[in-house]
Amino acid sequence: MFSFTVPLGKLVRAVSRLRGGGSALPGLVVEKIDPGFMQRTLSSLPHGVAVVSGTNGKTTTTKMVVELLESQGLKVFTNRTGSNFTRGVAAALLGEVDWRGRLDADVAVLELDEAHAVHFVNKVPPRYCLLLNVLRDQLDRFGEIDTTALLLQRIAERTTGTVVLNREDPRVARIAGAIKGPEVLYFGLDESLRSTFPNDDDMRAAAPGISAQGELPAVEAADVVLRRVGADDADFEFDGTLVTTHMKLRGVYNIFNAAAALVLARSITGASGRPGDAAKLVKALSEVAPAFGRGESLTVDGQPLELVLVKNPSGFRLGLKSFPAKGYASMIAINDNYADGRDMSWLWDVEFESLREDGVEVLTGVRAYDMALRLQYDDVRFGSVDTDIPAALTEFIRGSAGKPKRVFCTYTAMLAIRRELSKITTVEVVS
Amino acid sequence: MTPAEDTAQHASKGTIRVLQLYPRDMNIYGDWGNSLVLRQRLLWHGYTPDLLEYNVGDDFPEDVDIIVGGGGQDSGQLVIQDDLQARGDQLRGMAEDGTPMLVICGLYQLFGKFFKTKAGPVIPGIGILDVETVGTDERLIGNVALTSPEFGEILGYENHSGQTSLGPGVEPLGTVSKGAGNNSKDGHEGARHRNVVASYLHGSLLPKNPAIADFLIRTAVERKYGTFVPGAPDDGFARLAREHAARRPR
Ligand SMILES: [Zn+2]
Repeated sequence: MFSFTVPLGKLVRAVSRLRGGGSALPGLVVEKIDPGFMQRTLSSLPHGVAVVSGTNGKTTTTKMVVELLESQGLKVFTNRTGSNFTRGVAAALLGEVDWRGRLDADVAVLELDEAHAVHFVNKVPPRYCLLLNVLRDQLDRFGEIDTTALLLQRIAERTTGTVVLNREDPRVARIAGAIKGPEVLYFGLDESLRSTFPNDDDMRAAAPGISAQGELPAVEAADVVLRRVGADDADFEFDGTLVTTHMKLRGVYNIFNAAAALVLARSITGASGRPGDAAKLVKALSEVAPAFGRGESLTVDGQPLELVLVKNPSGFRLGLKSFPAKGYASMIAINDNYADGRDMSWLWDVEFESLREDGVEVLTGVRAYDMALRLQYDDVRFGSVDTDIPAALTEFIRGSAGKPKRVFCTYTAMLAIRRELSKITTVEVVS
Repeated sequence: MTPAEDTAQHASKGTIRVLQLYPRDMNIYGDWGNSLVLRQRLLWHGYTPDLLEYNVGDDFPEDVDIIVGGGGQDSGQLVIQDDLQARGDQLRGMAEDGTPMLVICGLYQLFGKFFKTKAGPVIPGIGILDVETVGTDERLIGNVALTSPEFGEILGYENHSGQTSLGPGVEPLGTVSKGAGNNSKDGHEGARHRNVVASYLHGSLLPKNPAIADFLIRTAVERKYGTFVPGAPDDGFARLAREHAARRPR
């Protein structure tokens, strides 16, 4: 069957590129003129489609799954950051297919925002899904955490092959009871690490002077368990053996998501009857570098500067825990644009005591004064406060010369900071 | 111990017991912020805070001076409803007696007469406030500014699908100048009765609205000790945070 979809879509894509437009327009055009394009193209892939969703860590986890599968010799189609919605997938597809609409890939691994994922799986039932967590994020968009959990359940319900769930997140683990068809696999944590992963229900239980909530979910056997996290290595247990590997990734939550990526990659490669080569998988895992803003480290004035994306209370708490303040100069940048979430309430669900000893050099972002107020109530000292991000960054770099630096930032603040940093150092380009 | 706490221990003007209602099930959107602000401001005013909490099935503490309650998801409201009913008479008595209380969002609704959920079931409230809430398909979300005769301009953020209407027994907390408030029609936000302040606003409410925090503290201290001798908290950053928040779009 010949269709004009691909040539026309590619043309729109080329034109919108020339005009510097966003990546969604060509996808929109294709969706309108040929609603079956995406489904048709993706269903031809021998290993089908894998969807990665959840509140925190989608980008890094998707990157890991892609690199793990590539280490096994698979050709992987994936969507890039910033296009994790249906039209973005269609647009990315247009860039990859040949003029006859064929996609040269073995499998598609797609990062999708919870709400957009539901929209997507209604069109294209995935063979695999990986559901990471349900945390308090952007409640102004989705309303309630329980609503978000239901969105993830819809994704699982539409999955035909294997559903990979976070055993330690009760709202995610519970999804196993709600689905009938697909196989369920878990990624899990060693008991000794569970306390470092407060879920939202435990958030208050971890506050000082508040008793713990007890009651852990029933422990299902997990396909991969993260047993230990060291300074630059980690222990994973799978197939009854404990494997210690060096890790480039930092931050215990990134490394937990590495366990998630391992489960999905093992499942996809195992399905072909040639189970993944464990040694190669682990080697690939050790070489994964963080996705931009997820603990990535740049060099400024001969000193490391780390960007830590924080976008919800659990993420900020884990960020503070994973990247201790000792020896670092810190800056915090808080914006409240749509992509950040407009409600500042979340800052009050994070405890900042860990910054008390070293203080914070600079506060910036549209809501810098909300952050200042928050730190004042936690008795944390801070230096200058300036809502203008470029000016604040300059001040931070000048004022903390000779020290390693760390910036905790919301999403749009991070984009602004990267833009400024790209003027003075090498920053990975994000398309 | 923070320096402020240390000072307070040496020269406390008295102890104020602050009870958080159902922090385990009703704590979303930074409700902890309200308790933290009361604790710190009590210290800054020279009083010793005693932070208590009450969860489903606990013994209710004695001699409570201030009550704060937060928002929850629909599921949280279902968890606490029986326990709250069992405590209804006691809480009503305390409210009528003049105990200062702050209830946000979910507990605001349940301090009213009832919450008729969208799905059908009616969750009975404890009737401290003459208000009724009906669940809708419309979620009222965004930044809010309102003007209150008692507290001046109040700033916060709302996120609710229950719409509340006020009966003759309560006054609104204020009149909305940005955002929706109690419902999408009346232009009112929150409710006032005796020393109870009820509101939909997160943000959290008290950090950027220290006038409300100090109202709760002053009322509690006067009821317990006769007179309130304020300290001098530094509200410079609260003022700046308010200025910037007020300029943000809905
Ligand atoms: Zn609310």
